[in-house]
Amino acid sequence: MKLQQDLHTPGEHADQEAPLAGYNFAYLDESSKRMIRRGLLKAVAIPGYQVPFAGREMPMPCGWGTGGIQVTASLIGKEDVLKVIDQGSDDTTNAVSIRSFFKRTTGVATTTHTKEATLTQTRHRIPEEPLREDQLLVYQAPLPEPLRWLEPSEQETRVLHALEEYGIMNVKIYENIMRHGTIAMSFDYPVRVAGRYITSPSPIPRFDNPKMNQCPALQLFGAGREKRLYAIPPYTEVKSLDFEDYPFTVQHWDEPCAICGSRTSYLDEVVLDDEGTRMFVCSDSDACQATLAKKLAREAAGKDTSEASDE
Amino acid sequence: MNSSIPLLSARSLTKLYGEHVGCQNISLDLWPGEVLGIVGESGSGKSTLLNMLSGRLAPTSGQVVYRSTDCALSRERHATTTQDAPNDNTNATQCREIDLHALSEGERRRLLRTELGYVHQNPRDGLRMRVSAGANIGERLMARGERHYGRLRATALEWLDRVELPRERVDDAPASYSGGMQQRLQIARNLVTSPRLVFMDEPTGGLDVSVQARLLDLIHRLVRDMDLAVILVTHDLAVARLLSHRLMVMYHGHVVEQGLTDQVLDDPHHAYTQLLVSSILQG
Repeated sequence: MKLQQDLHTPGEHADQEAPLAGYNFAYLDESSKRMIRRGLLKAVAIPGYQVPFAGREMPMPCGWGTGGIQVTASLIGKEDVLKVIDQGSDDTTNAVSIRSFFKRTTGVATTTHTKEATLTQTRHRIPEEPLREDQLLVYQAPLPEPLRWLEPSEQETRVLHALEEYGIMNVKIYENIMRHGTIAMSFDYPVRVAGRYITSPSPIPRFDNPKMNQCPALQLFGAGREKRLYAIPPYTEVKSLDFEDYPFTVQHWDEPCAICGSRTSYLDEVVLDDEGTRMFVCSDSDACQATLAKKLAREAAGKDTSEASDE
Repeated sequence: MNSSIPLLSARSLTKLYGEHVGCQNISLDLWPGEVLGIVGESGSGKSTLLNMLSGRLAPTSGQVVYRSTDCALSRERHATTTQDAPNDNTNATQCREIDLHALSEGERRRLLRTELGYVHQNPRDGLRMRVSAGANIGERLMARGERHYGRLRATALEWLDRVELPRERVDDAPASYSGGMQQRLQIARNLVTSPRLVFMDEPTGGLDVSVQARLLDLIHRLVRDMDLAVILVTHDLAVARLLSHRLMVMYHGHVVEQGLTDQVLDDPHHAYTQLLVSSILQG
């Protein structure tokens, strides 16, 4: 997909490619970046543990991804290729503005293709394309504490984490089954990382939870308002919580994506009018385009061969 | 179980709040299946003593030894022996002496939700008010590792029956219950793991007389059926007479008199106990 901001070819606007004058590379000053990287090192060393950090003010409100942006800013280098996803899409407001923010403050190359990206900042989705060892995934996490629903005190939740007292997490799941007859948490579905810490996967759909397990890429989470960092190192066991008689499942759809026809990706429901017409389309716009391109190529090839056989 | 060995022993427990005495130099033994009542006026140190006995409050000096025989605990302890193995001497038999205040916080909390129970005076302190009754009853089981919804639910319903709560209220939050029902639910929540010793702090406080009577009946029955040891703190002598086998009378942080309940109440020796007994309205 080509976006307006990506249309400028290098050289044409050489001044725009250079980092914004008067600002440090990637906006944050180097000592702040180092502080965040220290926090991240600790987070990687203790998978799933929430590391407090001195969150900085970013030029956008909390809730827009200030945590993820600080993590990205502290890690991004000149050689990186950045991709930003918002709800799976590369072209929504949040994704576009964060991408242009980093383009202006670092001058690094940006992409919408998961394969090409070395650093992907995401909000609420994991790309459909499997990630590789040389890629980084940075999540924007609004509420890093999975126990908050039952325990309002931060002091108490820290004790519960420290002592591994996770009975109350299952109380939440029990309540869910009691109310809905099934585990109805469809996003931010709590996971246990490396058999130890119960962790919020950020509000990704539970469809994406299995992708976190044994993922080759390093997954980093930044919560700007709550000022917490946590991480899931590569090839770490990530287990979604459940009951023996109500095992964890992912969402399923009865129909394929209306655009590309994929049956394996996460679909968004789009309401088309007020008479109940709706369509289901891939939430991952890049994967959708790729599948569509493949499908068209296959159809074209099919046409070619059929035309060839006609002759 | 050898009933000649006390379940819980306290030796010279003292708690000082600065200059002020919480309670001073208190020793007691509690045998399995026994109900010990602690009575005294407000501010006499009853709750301080109860909190120290249950391990929730560290004493200024003295020791609380609890004899645990639960295999489940030994198994759990086995997993964490590295942390506090030196703190308690492990006997060759199943009976292990545990110094409650030498345990790590994690161990103590685990003990408090498996072998011990604590019924608060105010059900709001002992219940999760915003989750359903079923989840409240199941929480201790889930903390112990139960991960089967069907079984949890069956247990919750069974316990609602046992504490005489209607089954159809299993999905309601305790916030919608009456005071007496909340107290029953709190008892069910504590007894679901079949503890051996339950601490009760004024379990009938704040309830009207008829509800009190039914709750006392219920506690009486459960204690007998489950062979529970109970330490009961109350300022209500009628409650103490009905439930407890043995009585301790506290006054200004000291135990002034103790003995069998009927003996203490029918033939009080200490001036304060005499005052206490004579101040009951005679019906």
